[in-house]
Amino acid sequence: MGNPGMVMYEEEFNQIQTVVDRLVREANAKVVFIVDKNGQLIAASGDIGNIDTTSLASLTAGNIAATGGIAKLLREQEFATQFHEGENANIHIQLVGNRVILVVIFDSESSLGLVRLRVRRATDELNRVFDALQKKALEPGHDSPFAEITDDDIDNLFND
Amino acid sequence: MSFINYMAREINCKIVYYGPGLCGKTTNLQYIYKRTNPEAKGKMISLATETERTLFFDFLPLSLGEIRGFKTRFHLYTVPGQVFYDASRKLILKGVDGVIFVADSQLERLEANQESLDNLRTNLAEHGYSLDKMPYVIQYNKRDLPNALPLEELRQLLNPVGVLDYEASARTGQGVFETLKAVSKLVLTELKRGG
Repeated sequence: MGNPGMVMYEEEFNQIQTVVDRLVREANAKVVFIVDKNGQLIAASGDIGNIDTTSLASLTAGNIAATGGIAKLLREQEFATQFHEGENANIHIQLVGNRVILVVIFDSESSLGLVRLRVRRATDELNRVFDALQKKALEPGHDSPFAEITDDDIDNLFND
Repeated sequence: MSFINYMAREINCKIVYYGPGLCGKTTNLQYIYKRTNPEAKGKMISLATETERTLFFDFLPLSLGEIRGFKTRFHLYTVPGQVFYDASRKLILKGVDGVIFVADSQLERLEANQESLDNLRTNLAEHGYSLDKMPYVIQYNKRDLPNALPLEELRQLLNPVGVLDYEASARTGQGVFETLKAVSKLVLTELKRGG
Protein backbone atom coordinates (compact mmCIF):
# COMPACT_ATOMS: atom_id res chain seq x y z
CA MET A 1 0.00 0.00 0.00
CA GLY A 2 3.02 2.26 -0.48
CA ASN A 3 3.43 2.85 3.21
CA PRO A 4 6.74 1.29 4.12
CA GLY A 5 7.42 1.26 7.81
CA MET A 6 10.49 2.39 9.62
CA VAL A 7 13.20 -0.22 10.08
CA MET A 8 15.94 -0.07 12.70
CA TYR A 9 19.17 -2.08 12.31
CA GLU A 10 21.73 -2.84 14.97
CA GLU A 11 24.45 -0.61 13.54
CA GLU A 12 22.30 2.52 13.36
CA PHE A 13 20.63 1.75 16.66
CA ASN A 14 24.03 1.72 18.36
CA GLN A 15 24.96 5.03 16.73
CA ILE A 16 21.70 6.59 17.91
CA GLN A 17 22.15 5.19 21.40
CA THR A 18 25.65 6.69 21.54
CA VAL A 19 24.24 10.11 20.66
CA VAL A 20 21.49 10.01 23.30
CA ASP A 21 23.83 8.61 25.99
CA ARG A 22 26.24 11.44 25.35
CA LEU A 23 23.47 14.03 25.29
CA VAL A 24 22.34 12.95 28.77
CA ARG A 25 25.87 13.58 30.07
CA GLU A 26 26.70 16.74 28.16
CA ALA A 27 23.38 18.46 28.73
CA ASN A 28 23.27 17.34 32.36
CA ALA A 29 19.82 15.93 31.61
CA LYS A 30 17.68 13.46 33.53
CA VAL A 31 16.31 11.62 30.53
CA VAL A 32 16.74 11.79 26.77
CA PHE A 33 14.63 9.84 24.34
CA ILE A 34 13.86 9.63 20.64
CA VAL A 35 10.44 8.91 19.24
CA ASP A 36 9.25 8.61 15.68
CA LYS A 37 6.42 10.90 14.58
CA ASN A 38 3.92 8.07 14.97
CA GLY A 39 4.69 7.68 18.64
CA GLN A 40 7.02 4.68 18.62
CA LEU A 41 9.93 4.86 21.02
CA ILE A 42 13.27 4.45 19.21
CA ALA A 43 15.89 4.97 21.93
CA ALA A 44 16.09 6.23 25.50
CA SER A 45 18.82 7.03 27.98
CA GLY A 46 19.24 8.35 31.51
CA ASP A 47 17.07 7.80 34.54
CA ILE A 48 14.24 5.97 32.76
CA GLY A 49 13.46 3.47 35.51
CA ASN A 50 10.56 5.47 36.91
CA ILE A 51 9.18 6.77 33.65
CA ASP A 52 6.50 5.20 31.48
CA THR A 53 8.40 5.74 28.22
CA THR A 54 5.70 4.16 26.03
CA SER A 55 3.05 6.63 27.22
CA LEU A 56 5.50 9.50 27.05
CA ALA A 57 6.38 8.57 23.46
CA SER A 58 2.77 8.48 22.35
CA LEU A 59 1.89 11.77 24.06
CA THR A 60 4.98 13.53 22.70
CA ALA A 61 4.10 12.45 19.17
CA GLY A 62 0.52 13.65 19.74
CA ASN A 63 1.87 16.94 20.96
CA ILE A 64 4.12 17.36 17.91
CA ALA A 65 1.27 16.39 15.61
CA ALA A 66 -1.05 18.97 17.19
CA THR A 67 1.63 21.67 17.04
CA GLY A 68 2.28 20.76 13.40
CA GLY A 69 -1.45 21.20 12.76
CA ILE A 70 -1.34 24.66 14.30
CA ALA A 71 1.73 25.55 12.21
CA LYS A 72 -0.09 24.54 9.05
CA LEU A 73 -3.05 26.76 9.91
CA LEU A 74 -0.63 29.67 10.35
CA ARG A 75 1.08 28.78 7.06
CA GLU A 76 4.29 27.88 8.87
CA GLN A 77 6.27 24.85 7.79
CA GLU A 78 6.57 23.61 11.36
CA PHE A 79 7.41 24.68 14.89
CA ALA A 80 10.54 22.62 15.35
CA THR A 81 11.13 23.36 19.03
CA GLN A 82 8.93 23.25 22.11
CA PHE A 83 9.81 23.92 25.70
CA HIS A 84 7.66 23.28 28.78
CA GLU A 85 8.76 24.54 32.15
CA GLY A 86 7.55 22.87 35.31
CA GLU A 87 8.26 23.44 38.98
CA ASN A 88 10.85 20.68 39.09
CA ALA A 89 11.11 19.17 35.65
CA ASN A 90 11.44 20.85 32.28
CA ILE A 91 11.04 19.28 28.89
CA HIS A 92 12.64 20.32 25.62
CA ILE A 93 11.19 18.80 22.45
CA GLN A 94 12.98 19.09 19.13
CA LEU A 95 11.83 17.87 15.74
CA VAL A 96 14.79 16.29 13.92
CA GLY A 97 14.70 16.41 10.14
CA ASN A 98 10.91 16.28 10.26
CA ARG A 99 11.23 12.54 10.92
CA VAL A 100 11.89 11.90 14.58
CA ILE A 101 11.48 13.77 17.83
CA LEU A 102 14.28 14.35 20.32
CA VAL A 103 13.07 14.85 23.89
CA VAL A 104 15.24 16.08 26.76
CA ILE A 105 13.95 16.14 30.34
CA PHE A 106 16.04 18.15 32.78
CA ASP A 107 15.86 19.86 36.16
CA SER A 108 17.61 22.75 37.90
CA GLU A 109 20.98 21.02 37.54
CA SER A 110 20.95 22.05 33.90
CA SER A 111 19.69 25.07 31.97
CA LEU A 112 17.69 25.74 28.86
CA GLY A 113 20.72 27.38 27.21
CA LEU A 114 22.93 24.35 27.73
CA VAL A 115 20.22 21.95 26.58
CA ARG A 116 19.59 23.94 23.41
CA LEU A 117 23.27 24.03 22.60
CA ARG A 118 23.76 20.29 23.06
CA VAL A 119 20.54 19.44 21.26
CA ARG A 120 21.71 21.36 18.21
CA ARG A 121 24.82 19.23 17.90
CA ALA A 122 22.94 16.00 18.53
CA THR A 123 20.38 16.98 15.89
CA ASP A 124 23.05 17.17 13.19
CA GLU A 125 24.42 13.78 14.13
CA LEU A 126 20.99 12.18 14.27
CA ASN A 127 20.12 13.59 10.86
CA ARG A 128 23.14 11.83 9.39
CA VAL A 129 22.22 8.51 11.00
CA PHE A 130 18.58 8.66 9.90
CA ASP A 131 19.63 9.60 6.35
CA ALA A 132 21.85 6.54 6.24
CA LEU A 133 19.09 4.40 7.71
CA GLN A 134 16.64 5.50 5.08
CA LYS A 135 19.06 4.66 2.29
CA LYS A 136 19.82 1.27 3.79
CA ALA A 137 16.16 0.35 4.11
CA LEU A 138 15.73 0.96 0.37
CA GLU A 139 18.65 -1.28 -0.61
CA PRO A 140 17.83 -4.74 -1.89
CA GLY A 141 18.48 -7.62 0.47
CA HIS A 142 16.73 -6.01 3.41
CA ASP A 143 13.46 -7.86 3.13
CA SER A 144 11.00 -7.78 5.97
CA PRO A 145 11.60 -10.54 8.53
CA PHE A 146 7.88 -11.10 8.18
CA ALA A 147 8.08 -12.17 4.56
CA GLU A 148 8.65 -15.73 5.74
CA ILE A 149 5.93 -16.05 8.34
CA THR A 150 3.05 -18.38 7.72
CA ASP A 151 -0.66 -18.03 8.36
CA ASP A 152 -0.15 -20.56 11.17
CA ASP A 153 2.37 -18.26 12.86
CA ILE A 154 -0.21 -15.50 12.84
CA ASP A 155 -2.99 -17.81 14.04
CA ASN A 156 -0.81 -19.07 16.89
CA LEU A 157 -0.58 -15.56 18.31
CA PHE A 158 -4.29 -15.61 18.91
CA ASN A 159 -4.68 -19.06 20.38
CA ASP A 160 -5.61 -18.23 23.91
CA MET B 1 3.40 2.70 9.52
CA SER B 2 4.92 -0.29 11.20
CA PHE B 3 8.25 0.01 12.98
CA ILE B 4 10.54 -3.01 12.81
CA ASN B 5 13.36 -2.88 15.33
CA TYR B 6 16.02 -5.54 14.65
CA MET B 7 17.96 -4.50 17.71
CA ALA B 8 15.14 -4.92 20.20
CA ARG B 9 13.65 -7.66 18.01
CA GLU B 10 10.23 -6.17 18.05
CA ILE B 11 7.65 -4.91 15.66
CA ASN B 12 5.21 -2.12 16.44
CA CYS B 13 1.95 -1.49 14.62
CA LYS B 14 -0.71 1.20 14.96
CA ILE B 15 -4.42 0.47 14.95
CA VAL B 16 -7.03 3.22 14.97
CA TYR B 17 -10.65 2.94 16.14
CA TYR B 18 -12.75 5.33 14.07
CA GLY B 19 -16.47 6.14 14.17
CA PRO B 20 -19.11 8.73 15.05
CA GLY B 21 -19.38 10.39 18.45
CA LEU B 22 -20.53 8.12 21.29
CA CYS B 23 -20.35 4.96 19.16
CA GLY B 24 -18.19 3.18 21.75
CA LYS B 25 -14.57 3.51 20.60
CA THR B 26 -13.28 4.39 24.06
CA THR B 27 -15.50 1.67 25.57
CA ASN B 28 -13.80 -0.88 23.29
CA LEU B 29 -10.38 0.16 24.60
CA GLN B 30 -11.55 0.20 28.20
CA TYR B 31 -12.86 -3.35 27.87
CA ILE B 32 -9.60 -4.54 26.28
CA TYR B 33 -7.65 -2.84 29.04
CA LYS B 34 -9.79 -4.45 31.74
CA ARG B 35 -9.51 -7.92 30.29
CA THR B 36 -5.82 -8.05 29.39
CA ASN B 37 -3.10 -9.48 31.62
CA PRO B 38 -1.02 -6.77 33.29
CA GLU B 39 2.19 -8.03 31.66
CA ALA B 40 0.68 -7.70 28.17
CA LYS B 41 -0.51 -4.12 28.45
CA GLY B 42 0.82 -0.67 29.19
CA LYS B 43 -0.99 2.22 30.75
CA MET B 44 -4.17 3.42 29.04
CA ILE B 45 -4.14 7.13 28.35
CA SER B 46 -7.31 9.10 27.72
CA LEU B 47 -7.15 12.73 26.69
CA ALA B 48 -10.77 13.58 27.42
CA THR B 49 -12.92 16.58 28.35
CA GLU B 50 -14.37 17.00 31.83
CA THR B 51 -17.50 15.24 30.62
CA GLU B 52 -15.41 12.26 29.48
CA ARG B 53 -15.74 12.90 25.79
CA THR B 54 -12.53 12.11 23.90
CA LEU B 55 -10.72 15.38 23.21
CA PHE B 56 -7.67 14.15 21.33
CA PHE B 57 -7.20 10.40 21.62
CA ASP B 58 -7.13 7.32 23.84
CA PHE B 59 -4.02 5.19 23.70
CA LEU B 60 -3.42 1.62 24.81
CA PRO B 61 -0.20 -0.34 24.09
CA LEU B 62 -0.62 -4.13 23.89
CA SER B 63 1.85 -6.99 23.45
CA LEU B 64 0.49 -9.92 21.53
CA GLY B 65 3.37 -12.36 21.84
CA GLU B 66 6.19 -13.45 19.57
CA ILE B 67 6.37 -14.34 15.90
CA ARG B 68 9.64 -15.88 14.77
CA GLY B 69 11.50 -14.29 17.67
CA PHE B 70 10.01 -10.84 17.15
CA LYS B 71 7.80 -9.36 19.87
CA THR B 72 4.64 -7.99 18.31
CA ARG B 73 3.29 -4.82 19.87
CA PHE B 74 0.12 -3.07 18.87
CA HIS B 75 -0.61 0.53 19.73
CA LEU B 76 -4.37 1.09 19.84
CA TYR B 77 -5.69 4.61 19.35
CA THR B 78 -9.18 6.05 19.22
CA VAL B 79 -10.10 9.31 17.52
CA PRO B 80 -12.46 11.94 18.94
CA GLY B 81 -15.82 11.18 17.28
CA GLN B 82 -17.45 14.57 17.53
CA VAL B 83 -17.69 16.28 14.14
CA PHE B 84 -15.88 19.49 15.11
CA TYR B 85 -12.71 17.67 16.18
CA ASP B 86 -11.85 16.81 12.59
CA ALA B 87 -8.38 18.39 12.65
CA SER B 88 -7.35 16.16 15.56
CA ARG B 89 -8.93 13.10 13.95
CA LYS B 90 -6.83 13.58 10.86
CA LEU B 91 -3.60 13.75 12.88
CA ILE B 92 -4.22 10.43 14.58
CA LEU B 93 -4.56 8.58 11.28
CA LYS B 94 -0.97 9.40 10.41
CA GLY B 95 1.07 6.21 10.17
CA VAL B 96 -1.92 3.93 10.73
CA ASP B 97 -1.50 0.22 9.90
CA GLY B 98 -5.10 -0.90 10.41
CA VAL B 99 -8.53 0.63 10.97
CA ILE B 100 -11.57 -0.56 12.92
CA PHE B 101 -14.69 1.37 12.04
CA VAL B 102 -17.05 1.25 15.02
CA ALA B 103 -20.61 1.82 13.83
CA ASP B 104 -23.45 2.71 16.18
CA SER B 105 -26.29 0.26 15.42
CA GLN B 106 -29.05 2.60 16.57
CA LEU B 107 -31.50 3.80 13.94
CA GLU B 108 -31.03 7.46 14.85
CA ARG B 109 -27.25 7.23 14.33
CA LEU B 110 -27.42 5.86 10.82
CA GLU B 111 -26.60 9.16 9.18
CA ALA B 112 -23.78 9.85 11.67
CA ASN B 113 -22.24 6.49 10.75
CA GLN B 114 -22.30 7.28 7.06
CA GLU B 115 -20.86 10.74 7.62
CA SER B 116 -18.07 9.34 9.76
CA LEU B 117 -17.23 6.66 7.19
CA ASP B 118 -17.02 9.30 4.44
CA ASN B 119 -14.87 11.39 6.74
CA LEU B 120 -12.57 8.41 7.33
CA ARG B 121 -12.04 7.97 3.58
CA THR B 122 -11.36 11.68 3.11
CA ASN B 123 -8.92 11.91 6.00
CA LEU B 124 -7.05 8.77 4.95
CA ALA B 125 -6.76 10.15 1.42
CA GLU B 126 -5.15 13.31 2.81
CA HIS B 127 -2.35 11.12 4.14
CA GLY B 128 -2.17 9.31 0.81
CA TYR B 129 -3.81 6.11 2.10
CA SER B 130 -6.81 4.31 0.69
CA LEU B 131 -9.33 2.49 2.88
CA ASP B 132 -9.75 -0.15 0.16
CA LYS B 133 -6.07 -1.08 0.31
CA MET B 134 -5.71 -1.04 4.06
CA PRO B 135 -6.34 -3.65 6.78
CA TYR B 136 -9.86 -2.63 7.72
CA VAL B 137 -12.78 -4.22 9.61
CA ILE B 138 -16.17 -2.99 10.75
CA GLN B 139 -17.76 -3.45 14.15
CA TYR B 140 -21.52 -2.96 14.56
CA ASN B 141 -21.67 -1.87 18.16
CA LYS B 142 -24.58 -1.59 20.60
CA ARG B 143 -26.32 -4.72 19.27
CA ASP B 144 -27.87 -5.12 22.72
CA LEU B 145 -29.98 -1.96 22.41
CA PRO B 146 -33.69 -2.29 21.52
CA ASN B 147 -33.49 0.32 18.74
CA ALA B 148 -30.60 -1.41 16.96
CA LEU B 149 -31.18 -1.76 13.21
CA PRO B 150 -31.19 -5.24 11.65
CA LEU B 151 -27.69 -6.40 10.78
CA GLU B 152 -28.47 -6.82 7.08
CA GLU B 153 -29.59 -3.22 6.78
CA LEU B 154 -26.38 -1.92 8.39
CA ARG B 155 -24.29 -4.17 6.19
CA GLN B 156 -25.93 -2.93 3.04
CA LEU B 157 -25.31 0.69 3.95
CA LEU B 158 -21.91 0.56 5.62
CA ASN B 159 -20.21 -2.48 4.15
CA PRO B 160 -21.03 -2.69 0.45
CA VAL B 161 -17.74 -4.40 -0.45
CA GLY B 162 -18.03 -6.99 2.30
CA VAL B 163 -14.97 -6.49 4.50
CA LEU B 164 -14.85 -8.57 7.69
CA ASP B 165 -17.49 -7.31 10.11
CA TYR B 166 -18.55 -8.16 13.65
CA GLU B 167 -21.52 -7.58 15.91
CA ALA B 168 -20.59 -6.20 19.29
CA SER B 169 -21.68 -4.75 22.56
CA ALA B 170 -18.56 -3.00 23.83
CA ARG B 171 -20.20 -2.35 27.20
CA THR B 172 -20.48 -6.07 27.92
CA GLY B 173 -17.44 -6.98 25.82
CA GLN B 174 -19.25 -9.06 23.23
CA GLY B 175 -17.35 -8.93 19.92
CA VAL B 176 -14.60 -6.62 21.22
CA PHE B 177 -11.69 -9.07 21.06
CA GLU B 178 -13.00 -10.70 17.88
CA THR B 179 -12.83 -7.34 16.13
CA LEU B 180 -9.34 -6.59 17.42
CA LYS B 181 -8.04 -10.04 16.48
CA ALA B 182 -9.46 -9.72 12.98
CA VAL B 183 -7.75 -6.43 12.23
CA SER B 184 -4.49 -7.55 13.89
CA LYS B 185 -4.38 -10.60 11.66
CA LEU B 186 -4.96 -8.45 8.59
CA VAL B 187 -2.14 -6.10 9.66
CA LEU B 188 0.30 -8.97 10.15
CA THR B 189 -0.73 -10.53 6.84
CA GLU B 190 -0.06 -7.18 5.17
CA LEU B 191 3.40 -7.09 6.78
CA LYS B 192 4.06 -10.57 5.47
CA ARG B 193 3.29 -9.30 1.99
CA GLY B 194 5.80 -6.54 2.61
CA GLY B 195 3.21 -3.78 2.84
